[in-house]
Amino acid sequence: MQVNSEFKPKIVAFCCNWCSYAGADLAGSSRLSYPADVKIIKVPCSCRVNPLFVLRAFEKGADGVIICGCHPGDCHYSTGNYYARRRMTLLFSMLDYLGIEKGRTRVEWVSAAEGVKFSTVMNNFVSKIYQLGENVKLGDLRCRK
Amino acid sequence: MQEVIKKRVKELFDNNTIVRAIGWENGEFFYDHTPAVFDSAADMDVFVYDNFCASNLSKYLINHCAPEGKTLVLLKPCDTYSFNQLLTEHRINKDNIYIIGIGCDGMVDIDKIRALGIKGITKITQNGDELVIDTMYGEKKCKKADVLLEKCLSCKGKKHMIYDELISENEDEMPQDASKRFDLVNELENMTSEERFAFWQNELSKCIRCNACRNICPACSCRKCVFDNSASGVASKANADSFEEKMFHIIRAFHVAGRCTDCGECTRVCPQGIPLHLLNRKFIKDINTLYGEYQAGETADQRGPLTDYTQQDVEPTFISDKEVK
Ligand code: SF4
Ligand code: SF4
Ligand code: FES
Repeated sequence: MQVNSEFKPKIVAFCCNWCSYAGADLAGSSRLSYPADVKIIKVPCSCRVNPLFVLRAFEKGADGVIICGCHPGDCHYSTGNYYARRRMTLLFSMLDYLGIEKGRTRVEWVSAAEGVKFSTVMNNFVSKIYQLGENVKLGDLRCRK
Repeated sequence: MQEVIKKRVKELFDNNTIVRAIGWENGEFFYDHTPAVFDSAADMDVFVYDNFCASNLSKYLINHCAPEGKTLVLLKPCDTYSFNQLLTEHRINKDNIYIIGIGCDGMVDIDKIRALGIKGITKITQNGDELVIDTMYGEKKCKKADVLLEKCLSCKGKKHMIYDELISENEDEMPQDASKRFDLVNELENMTSEERFAFWQNELSKCIRCNACRNICPACSCRKCVFDNSASGVASKANADSFEEKMFHIIRAFHVAGRCTDCGECTRVCPQGIPLHLLNRKFIKDINTLYGEYQAGETADQRGPLTDYTQQDVEPTFISDKEVK
């Protein structure tokens, strides 16, 4: 049997307090399932996510990092997600340029009412990370046991 | 040129227009001129301006402007972009500064001369587009165009973006091969993901984390830098094959994305010869293609591409879902 079949992706999900965090709640209370290895970190807005947060999550052992915010136009602070959109586009493109699997990162817009979307997004993301396998390129050697 | 500039700056000291001047003086060797602060006309005696004044003086204004009165700064064409960027970010105050825009026909890289096998260099003089090099083993010659600094190969043109007065003979000269600026970025983009990873692993693992690239950068001017915070996880040198250097370099380049004027100073000062401009230019290229052509520092009142948006911007999934080579 391959070691890989034991692989359980560790996913960090940065979720905006005003939308996708509530979306995750709704997914939970509607008993929709999403993988337990998705660790949610609540942020006040998608634009609070500094590129260093994403990289540090990888460095400390995440296999995938996803950022969820309010739909464009619906940001609680009006325009935060528009800025986040540009930043993350450039960051992901830079990761690709360095030869790092850009599929390990993602941005999705999920509203507070979209419990179903939340669970689908997470399930899709996790299965993508399953395919990519363990994150080796981004980890810090010193964090590996 | 050197004497003309020196005379004019002395005049400005004498008629009390300025109280301080920032220029260059001789360093340890004749080819490593260093930035210098002059406080009187007499100080200016040691001023130099020749093929080895590559350093961009605009950032020195943040810490070295005189507390009262005007400080003069000598800016080459490319340096004026950085100056404008610092103005945009309110890091310097134009009211206290007097700019003399000085002409430049490219700065020379001493290492490229050495690479031609020319050793024991004692003196270099320019004769038209040729350099005459005195060495311990006799006189040598080479074409100046062959030994230009990396940053001068993608010169933005000889026009000064901002100045109070000009001492320049080639203000209208346009860059010859500016289109080549993204050649290497394109080349990397066309490699496979594995090849790119190997390329950057090789380059970035040379980094000794001296922070010279950050310190020299006129766009990197925060009072407190994340890289100085030992809790940031990017404050020290790590194992060569860990992700830490890449993290440092991605973040360094990201923090100046949209503000980097492509002045080339980071690559020039890196003691390890890491092509940092290829990281900055990737961001510049992406910004140009995704959000419209943008040159940081062209004027002092632009809104940077990362502090701006349109409702139609592409989604990050456009990158995430792009096919991997
Ligand atoms: S990142 Fe490099 S090229 Fe860009 S402004 Fe800073 S020193 Fe100049
Ligand atoms: S100047 Fe070069 S060696 Fe020094 S920190 Fe920057 S990339 Fe690393
Ligand atoms: S508040 Fe949700 S993305 Fe800004």
